[in-house]
Amino acid sequence: MDKRLGMTSFRLNGTEVEILPRPGERLSEALRDRLGARDVKVGCNAGDCGACTVLVDGAPVCSCLMPAQQAAGKTVETLAGLVAGEPLARELGRRFEGQGAAQCGICTPGMMVSAVALLREVPEPDERQVMDALGGVLCRCTGYRKIIDAVMGHAPGAVVDAQGHTRAAIEKLDGRRKVDGTEQFGDDVAPADALVIRVVRSPHAHARFTLGDLDGFARAEGLDAVLTARDVPGLNLYGTIPGFIDQPVFAEGVARFRGEAVAAVVGAPDVVARFDPERFPVTWEPLEDAQTIPEAMAPGAPLLHEGRDGNVMCGGFVAHGDVEAALERADVVLEGRFETSFVEHAYIEPEAGFAQVVDGRVEVHACTQAPVMDLDTLETVLGMDRSRIRVVPTATGGGFGSKLDVSVQPYLAIAALKAGRPVRIAYERTESMQSTTKRHPADMTVRIGAGRDGRISGLRFDGLFNTGAYSSWGPTVANRVPVHASGPYRVADYRAEAKGIHTHCPPSGAFRGFGVPQAAVAQESLFDELADTLRIDRLEFRILNALENGVPTVCGQVFEQGVGIKACLEALRPAWEAERAEAARVNAAGGPVRRGVGVAAGWYGCGNTSLPNPSTIKAGVRGDGQLVLHQGAADIGQGANTVIAQIFATALGVPVTALELVGGDTDVTPDAGKTSASRQTFVTGNAARLAGEAMRAEILQRANAGPEAEIVLREAGIEVRDGDRVQVIDLAALEPDAEGYVLRVAETYDPPTKPLDENGQGVPYAQFGYAAHLCVLDVDTRLGTVKPFKFVAAHDVGHAVNPLLIEGQVEGGIAQGLGMALMEEYLPGRTENLHDYLIPTIGDMPPVETLIIEEPDAHGPYGAKGLGEHVLIPTAPAILNAIRDATGVQMQRLPVTPSRLRAALKEAGG
Amino acid sequence: MEYHAPETLGDALDILSRGGVTVVAGGTDFYPSMRPGGPRGDLLDITRVAGLRGIARQAGGWRIGAATRWSEIARADLPRAFDGLKAAARKVGGLQIQNAGTVAGNLVNASPAADGVPPLLTLGAQVEIAGPGGTRRVALEEFITGVRQVALDPGEMVVAVHMPEPPTDAAGAFCKLGSRAYLVISIAMVAVVLGRDEEGRIDHARVAVGACSPVARRLPALEAAMIGARLEELRIDPAHLAPLSPIDDVRGSGAYRLEAVSELIGRALREAAHG
Repeated sequence: MDKRLGMTSFRLNGTEVEILPRPGERLSEALRDRLGARDVKVGCNAGDCGACTVLVDGAPVCSCLMPAQQAAGKTVETLAGLVAGEPLARELGRRFEGQGAAQCGICTPGMMVSAVALLREVPEPDERQVMDALGGVLCRCTGYRKIIDAVMGHAPGAVVDAQGHTRAAIEKLDGRRKVDGTEQFGDDVAPADALVIRVVRSPHAHARFTLGDLDGFARAEGLDAVLTARDVPGLNLYGTIPGFIDQPVFAEGVARFRGEAVAAVVGAPDVVARFDPERFPVTWEPLEDAQTIPEAMAPGAPLLHEGRDGNVMCGGFVAHGDVEAALERADVVLEGRFETSFVEHAYIEPEAGFAQVVDGRVEVHACTQAPVMDLDTLETVLGMDRSRIRVVPTATGGGFGSKLDVSVQPYLAIAALKAGRPVRIAYERTESMQSTTKRHPADMTVRIGAGRDGRISGLRFDGLFNTGAYSSWGPTVANRVPVHASGPYRVADYRAEAKGIHTHCPPSGAFRGFGVPQAAVAQESLFDELADTLRIDRLEFRILNALENGVPTVCGQVFEQGVGIKACLEALRPAWEAERAEAARVNAAGGPVRRGVGVAAGWYGCGNTSLPNPSTIKAGVRGDGQLVLHQGAADIGQGANTVIAQIFATALGVPVTALELVGGDTDVTPDAGKTSASRQTFVTGNAARLAGEAMRAEILQRANAGPEAEIVLREAGIEVRDGDRVQVIDLAALEPDAEGYVLRVAETYDPPTKPLDENGQGVPYAQFGYAAHLCVLDVDTRLGTVKPFKFVAAHDVGHAVNPLLIEGQVEGGIAQGLGMALMEEYLPGRTENLHDYLIPTIGDMPPVETLIIEEPDAHGPYGAKGLGEHVLIPTAPAILNAIRDATGVQMQRLPVTPSRLRAALKEAGG
Repeated sequence: MEYHAPETLGDALDILSRGGVTVVAGGTDFYPSMRPGGPRGDLLDITRVAGLRGIARQAGGWRIGAATRWSEIARADLPRAFDGLKAAARKVGGLQIQNAGTVAGNLVNASPAADGVPPLLTLGAQVEIAGPGGTRRVALEEFITGVRQVALDPGEMVVAVHMPEPPTDAAGAFCKLGSRAYLVISIAMVAVVLGRDEEGRIDHARVAVGACSPVARRLPALEAAMIGARLEELRIDPAHLAPLSPIDDVRGSGAYRLEAVSELIGRALREAAHG
């Protein structure tokens, strides 16, 4: 470091650079903001996630924890530099693509940079060495196993397939930019001169507040603007469900949860970097709060919203047959109460984006699962006609439900309009955790009866769900749970009720499964006890009661085809028998470590519950013969860009590589709905199939060709080969439309559902997907620790559009289910970072054997079903059942931490 | 507000003597605890100060420079008594943290869950401190005085950690208990150094426990009871754990911690004995 000038010079990716960082500036900031190295990703700014890993003199370090000045005289390498300059890194990138080891891609730079350091030293590492090298980098999408495979150089899971149609396990079409550092996430797109927004949040769960002299504060601090509720041009409320639009952009006078926004400051980067929220002129008057369901339902509890007596947001109800009579006549009736915790989505990309005003229109570029819903919200919040708003989704570094709701978008749009300049924002990890939605904590009581023949005779479910301060997707959870709480079984006599209860906690919203994973914990745990009481094998008990084609669901819906749960359960039989025998053998030796095997099943209805949720897919052929697919289904890592393209290419009859993809920019791409409820493969996939078929029909008609004709896209025109006859459609002869398309199609699909009546009877979903998991684990009974070491997961996907991506979903979902079961518990004020809030690391995820079942669905494209939520629904109960198998202890509260399990073992006399 | 990166201890102490200066080395605790708005005063980067880095055998013992990285310790060729320290070095965060975090930083940060403290206690570590009045040495037990509190006077900084030469037959071990495999903040942790005579009787015993009291503690009563005993005869009774005062928190209950500690001590001792 040159002491006289304070300049710091170092070698970045082979080039000498010189910067003048401010004292306290992180190397990550300097790399991203001063040197343009936005391939360095920031996930936590605390060394907890490893996304920002770079090599300094060859050693991996978190660049967020290194003072920029410390780089002086050293060599710094980032992913982009490594891939550009080192064959080893390029090869590793190819392996990541071949394994599907990058889903959303936000952790990929940290993973790959760490792996390069390992591979330089150890060219052929074993699994333990890979885990030790990557143990400091968190991934929330993949479940890590494919990353291990990639680093170890295992044979790729992807196939090379010239057509890339459905059922081909091709690499992700957008995979390359995730492994070479060029993918642009929410915080990677702002122009260098953008102002920075920082939100001021409530430190209290419930408090009245008064704002002071904001203009004076802005002048004193050198800020460009301070925003509060008074600056919201339209309605200062947002939400997701009509009738439940109740969350303010900025709280007005009262904050209802810790982390709620009350104001935002806007200023130049250096000014905002020095901003200390403690100086902000606001006076707090803390009020009595109610953060748990019992507190919120107690007489005299503070009411969160007028008109919602007892803090009950709303409820959902399903009744079929006569549950009380069935329980009365049952030979065995068991009851259990189960509780779960707040679960944080913990995607590695905190919410981020930028906005600017262009020709009087506001453009918001941000990570999202639902660009058109973002636009809907901005329309009301800004009070602006939607024609003046453009939403451009960036790459999204994981979502899992939480990025369905707006977060940064209103602040960006309001600030850009007010400042008249580009503005950017990236949430800090703690504010992301404090302010965005969570999985609902549930308090569930279930009663299930069965006859001596093993048939279920009555199931009653009563669940209370802590929905937090605002509604978000709480009503969806309340409605969905009663439809699903039977599990995928034949339950003729049923009653289920779920209620969302407001508390002074962050809003609970959408999280992979919408309440169904919680309900499955209760029902599937009790199923094991029932089977044992009846002395029936636990798997056979499920197979005996499995729902089948032609048998009504608890909503009275009858599927004539596609009910695949029995096939899933039967697929687990060989592993169940072998692992049970092995566990018995291992346990016979005695000792404090006990092995257990557990199974559980799940189902999930794809799409909105009894509500329209159409998707539209548009495609066009330009004059130069290029085929363009406007793919608006937000790809948050799960692979919609690939899956939707595969379906479209299949229907049209061209290789998938012929497609140029255009994303969900609301100016050019129609609404493909939200990436939610496992609906994209099913709903948008159907729109893609219809669009592909429509384009094929038009081309064949123009060529006067038969249905079997082959279509070949060429620059000169579209060649149509029908037997020996070859026709060429001369594209130059066609008039291009405003977008330059000479041929275009747009097709919409909306799943056929019917409203539910007052007893929840009807057609809630056109399609369900089914799943069953088996978990093998060891319990260290002296310490209460649990070590899963194998999963077998059977999933009925109807038609496997891309088997590699299916495995990726399954492994990633299991990792989240494992976290929910064993370690994850969000507590406001206590676990607001990624070292106190624990998600699984690379060493926690065992291998997964994925068994793909194809029971074609009547409505899905080529029979395909959704999968995104199904993958974690059976996981937690399978783990609980395995723990019970190992120890005899039925855990009834999640997560099963070592402390809780040890206490339960002691109580049981262990 | 300035960033200083001096190359001599004298310059570093000069800057420190001006007051209002925060020392930064690996940054692994500095940044996570940095308040919004950034540092309020000057920063003193000690990683370029000569003589603060590295591990050396000296007359009567070992010296680890204050700014020595945990990964350097993990890779160092050290006597078996240091195995617990080396195992702890591999458990300080992930590899990224081990490549940056320093041994003195772990001590000065004074977290009850600091991974380095229990093994250093079992090695009889002394902290070498430099300041306006010259240098002094303080036993580690006396250096960390409470949660986030250390016995450093204004203008002073840690320059090294010293450990006496351990008995040649002694072996160390370290057990860390958490809810996941990597990036663990301990529920409880145990470090031991164990020496045995030719007949298998314990002739050197050091046991220290972290995350179960405001400051990690040695267990002198247990150590005393171990001398002369065989490992398999050893029974840990509640009086041995009297120095501990574990709390209930999100990671586990106090009662659980105490129970786990007994188990972990047994496991650590067996590991030290059998490798």
